[in-house]
Amino acid sequence: MSWESWVVETISRALAFGTPLLLATVGEIYAERSGVLNLGVEGMMLMGALTGFAVSMGSGNPWFGILVAGLVGGAFSLIHAFATITLRANQVVSGLALTMLGTGLSGVIGRAYEGFPLWSKLARIDVPVLSKIPVLGPAVFENQSPMTYIAIGVAILGWFVLFKTRIGISIRAVGEDPATADSLGISVSRVRYLCVMVGGVLAGVAGAYWSVAYRTAWSGGMTAGLGWIVIALTIFAFWNPLYGLVGAFFFAAMRVLSFRLQNWLPPELLKAMPYLLAILVLIVVSRGTLQKRMGAPSALALPYTRGED
Amino acid sequence: MRMPSWIQVERRSSISPWTVFAISISAIVLALLLAGLFFQLFGVSPIRAYGDIIRGALGSKLGITETIRRMIPLLVIGVGLTVAFRALFWNIGAEGQLLVGTVAAAGVALFSGIPEVLMIPAMFIAGFAAGALWGIGPAYLKVKLGINDVITTLLLNYVAIALVEWLVYGPWKGPTQRGFAYTDRFSAAASLPVIAGTRIHWPTLAIGVFAAIVLFVLVKRTRVGFEIRVVGENPDAAKYSGISQTKITLFAMMISGGLAGVAGVGEVAGIHHMLLSPEQISLGYGYTAIIVAWLARRNPLAAILTSFLFGVIMRGGDVIKVSLGLPFELVDVFNGIILFMLIGSELFIRYRVRFGARREVA
Repeated sequence: MSWESWVVETISRALAFGTPLLLATVGEIYAERSGVLNLGVEGMMLMGALTGFAVSMGSGNPWFGILVAGLVGGAFSLIHAFATITLRANQVVSGLALTMLGTGLSGVIGRAYEGFPLWSKLARIDVPVLSKIPVLGPAVFENQSPMTYIAIGVAILGWFVLFKTRIGISIRAVGEDPATADSLGISVSRVRYLCVMVGGVLAGVAGAYWSVAYRTAWSGGMTAGLGWIVIALTIFAFWNPLYGLVGAFFFAAMRVLSFRLQNWLPPELLKAMPYLLAILVLIVVSRGTLQKRMGAPSALALPYTRGED
Repeated sequence: MRMPSWIQVERRSSISPWTVFAISISAIVLALLLAGLFFQLFGVSPIRAYGDIIRGALGSKLGITETIRRMIPLLVIGVGLTVAFRALFWNIGAEGQLLVGTVAAAGVALFSGIPEVLMIPAMFIAGFAAGALWGIGPAYLKVKLGINDVITTLLLNYVAIALVEWLVYGPWKGPTQRGFAYTDRFSAAASLPVIAGTRIHWPTLAIGVFAAIVLFVLVKRTRVGFEIRVVGENPDAAKYSGISQTKITLFAMMISGGLAGVAGVGEVAGIHHMLLSPEQISLGYGYTAIIVAWLARRNPLAAILTSFLFGVIMRGGDVIKVSLGLPFELVDVFNGIILFMLIGSELFIRYRVRFGARREVA
């Protein structure tokens, strides 16, 4: 394979694999920035993947499937929001419960959809004009899912809202110092509910991308740990959607490159690569002080009650 | 938190174990009612479903012994998790620790050539060591580099799955297994004894009960147990009183990971007598055991009771799969709902909630 086509193929496939990671990571960044750790990403993605698949199949319209998947993801995340924000339940355990519930529900309901090919899948596109640019064109703008560009747009918009608008200031204030935010008249629980829902919607869309655009099939547990990699990427991105953009595609590129090892490594061991990579990534950014300075929300995973603690 | 005026919430200063018990039972009953709704949506009468589950899990000798068979790994893992959770180490990696335990056991059984009398002890020791190492890695990363324990323990589950798959499809695939992805069968000396006519491999059960008692004494009556509690409840106080968080966390994870590894040894040496694909070895024991430990309120002795309850639920999954044609994943739905009800119920343990405006309650 020529040097050029090697680079083009690596970048192109990294963009495709990184798309759901990026969408869900931006969502988790919002939840965590507001102070709510949501370990239910895997469950929400699976609910989104099943919904996206089933609705696309039933309606014949993949966009409609992705939309409904986002709504289902958002609604599903409300369970976590209610448990942790209103009932002040432990966020780690509630997130785990959400993942169990999502895995179970999608597995049970999804039985009827296993093994069917999806005819109404989300087609890939060539971006006019831009796809004609040498190297960059075929790598980024040719035969790519439109969801990839949407994900990039979501990340940039997510960064803008979080760091350049009043809403963003409120979100970060609630995650840093809820008592002060409360005294300034910001409704801590409303902000947290909304941010958890943003996370749910984006995880649902990410899951739908997986079943409607990437795999174009449904099987129980098909996201196979992507949701946990998202949690790792959120830390890797220092809770900043723009770094999330870099992180998700960098991670995806590493994943794609690891496939080049297939001449030396058996496929089963190759399967372990993304998880080992994610741990490696966490080790690289592990300086606790660095994380603090770079954006770890101070009130992450702490419930807030007015006048307590 | 803003509450409607007809609800009064105040912090409890103390709570009796009986109240905790009553609240926990109510949470489970509520979860079963909710899950019943789910059965109804599936077009199955909840009464019929629960009837089948109770008859199938508790109504016959076969049912009870199969329930105990499911309970064994949940007990052994759950007991260990109570210790990790007490040190506030979120070990979500018991599934992977169980799997590396099975790998170690299979390695010893198939390739070590250890004398027959020592075979079983050697397998248990190897399984404990493998699980402990798999668990100590994330513990080390947490105390030394501040890396989130939930993520590392969880990601390692997928690595362990890949490891087992590679072994059974690749280098350890048994020449005598006619192309199946199994290792060769273990010899009789590498198989655990069972209670006649059942699949209860009693040595593993005995280890679980013994570990529950020992760890109960450890956490309640010894210096180490006290230090584990301090590290978990108040890390700052631990630092100032000279307790080594590193040592305590590594110790807690050695116990927790090691016991998960032992559970893995029990499954391959007591049930399957070979190493096979991960989803055939474990039906998510490592995840379900998290609820076992949580429902036991991190009390090792109580884990005996809660692991039995989840044994009933897992056996129930087997039963309704056959009798009602419902998929086994229903067990995950059950588990998720129960876990939500449990953590929701903790509000009532930490706070006294009264309904009606300003009423004195006896």
